[in-house]
Amino acid sequence: MITHSAPRTLYDRLWDAHTVVRGEAGKDLIYIDRHLLHEVSTPQSFELLRDNGLAVRRPVSQLAVPDHAVPTSERGGTIKGELARKQVALLEANCQEFGIEYLALEGDRQGIVHVISPEQGFTMPGISLVCGDSHTATHGAFGALAFGIGASECGTVMATQTLWQARNRNLRVHYDGQLQPHVTTKDMILALIGTVGGGGGTGHAIEFTGDAVRSASMEARMTLCNMGIEAGSRVALVAPDETTFAWLQGRPRVPQGAMWDQAVAYWRTLRSDEDAAFDRTVEIDAAIIAPQVTFGTSPDQVMPVDGVVPQGPARALDYMGLEAGRPIAGLDIDYAFIGSCTNSRIEDLRAAARIIRGRYVADGVKAIVVPGSTQTKRQAEAEGLDRVFEQAGFAWHHAGCSLCVAMNGDFVPAGKRSISTSNRNFEGRQGAGARTHLASPAMVAAAAIAGHIVDVRKEFA
Amino acid sequence: MPGLTPFAAPAFVLEEDDVDTDIIFPARFLLHTERKGLGRFAFHDRPVLLEAYAAAGKPPILLAGANFGCGSSREHAVWSLEGMGLTAIFAPSFGEIFRGNCANNGVVAGTMPLAPLSALQALTNAGHDLHVDLAAQVVTCAGQRFAFTVPDSDREMLLAGWNNTTRILALHGQDIAAFEQAQRTHAPWLWTKEFQT
Repeated sequence: MITHSAPRTLYDRLWDAHTVVRGEAGKDLIYIDRHLLHEVSTPQSFELLRDNGLAVRRPVSQLAVPDHAVPTSERGGTIKGELARKQVALLEANCQEFGIEYLALEGDRQGIVHVISPEQGFTMPGISLVCGDSHTATHGAFGALAFGIGASECGTVMATQTLWQARNRNLRVHYDGQLQPHVTTKDMILALIGTVGGGGGTGHAIEFTGDAVRSASMEARMTLCNMGIEAGSRVALVAPDETTFAWLQGRPRVPQGAMWDQAVAYWRTLRSDEDAAFDRTVEIDAAIIAPQVTFGTSPDQVMPVDGVVPQGPARALDYMGLEAGRPIAGLDIDYAFIGSCTNSRIEDLRAAARIIRGRYVADGVKAIVVPGSTQTKRQAEAEGLDRVFEQAGFAWHHAGCSLCVAMNGDFVPAGKRSISTSNRNFEGRQGAGARTHLASPAMVAAAAIAGHIVDVRKEFA
Repeated sequence: MPGLTPFAAPAFVLEEDDVDTDIIFPARFLLHTERKGLGRFAFHDRPVLLEAYAAAGKPPILLAGANFGCGSSREHAVWSLEGMGLTAIFAPSFGEIFRGNCANNGVVAGTMPLAPLSALQALTNAGHDLHVDLAAQVVTCAGQRFAFTVPDSDREMLLAGWNNTTRILALHGQDIAAFEQAQRTHAPWLWTKEFQT
């Protein structure tokens, strides 16, 4: 830990508080407080431990859950796919061997790793947290130094509780003003990615500031931070505040009583000094952001729903079966997906349900809702949202990554067009040859009802 | 892992920006839990590219576009590129997690500005081999020198062939223990009952 008196950013504060050794070759040895594991990125990490005869240094600082490979259309009984079944079983066996807590697929704490960790209070302000998953910046919504790593690094973290990491530059993204109705933090982050480009934030830690961020709920802040990596930034932060503390208090693993008060007192110091220097600032007027939709095969190929498809890379437009110059609204869709670590939390489900209540999915559209966690699913069912979705013709699934990664039995067939609340419109991301348009839950729900992409502000005012 | 020494070899040109790790290693193959033998899945859904790579004699150097390896953190992308025969990649920029994964697997991910990279691509297409010197951070081709950069600590590790994990334990075990002791005092809420071993 290093102490400072000069003005610092939130990121600098978190970095200094976790520096074990100041390196001489451009990297510092950073202490990792918490590590999340899932079945896909860790088999080879455990091999690394075995190959080197190493133990896990602090098993209690690790938490494992299966999410990527698990089927979501049914639960209970054996996983039908042999490779998926073996992969999930391997995670459980590895956790047992190395003493790591494993949240079983059938249990009520299972779900997408970035959804369950905050739910369980495993995510807290001020901690450093890693996971073999690029969307780990999600936890930055709590003011945690959280970033995605590779499988080798997962092994290093388990064995040493540290990582050599290069300190990033500071990028402030300031959203002034308030969003229009039906416009969300998903639209805010897509608009940013469109502005700076898919590699625009590379080498930078983002801190989100401004009225539209302060007034956002924790769920909405998680959506915002989740897609930092789509702008190239591994780290995306929101300074913790009363909204953060209220959301966390009473959750299973957070401190209680006097220890809670002590923690909150520290968490209140986790912000950028007013005179802290950022290497770069991007300002965006939240009030003029329209609902966003991607048109290409990279998240930065994004546009307002009331615009016309711009001249994009020929390869991307060809893959998407789109011509430049046509309005994006009115484009027929085959699939509508509400889910993923970006947009599968209770507020996302409520926002979608508000749009579809009393309506029905258009002919020919396959619509599916995949809650981010089993707890979220139960909460939604307690509120009657499952019936709203099912009566509207949506399939109501069990928790998992599902159509965001399409390695679990859920996929979009080649040539079919999907509108999706997930985070990546890459070629083949939702299935080989599948065409993906990213948008917010309200926009996806609206498109499912209309059968084509619509401006939710106009059609569902 | 043995340290990297200078080598000469032909290269393959992939002139496309934002080649993400889903293109390099499609997600549906992530169900495989091994790290060897994944080369057969590299660029699986890009048959035209694979044919061209095979026709070029599967050269070990890739000259790629900007933001190469962006997206998912899957290390399978690096394992599969290694498996298909690549040992060095040069691009104007890389996805950050991918670049770190390359270093951890002994693969050179060298950053080279667009202008020299384009010149190098032209020489490659004209049939010239490349000579890669990581210590000097220079590619030599047809008598011309092309500078590239690999972050200092990655370069150090690649040249020495260090095992990052055991090296941290050997050199910094006491620093880590001291940090933990201090954190117990400064931030006891991180060391509540359920977080003690």
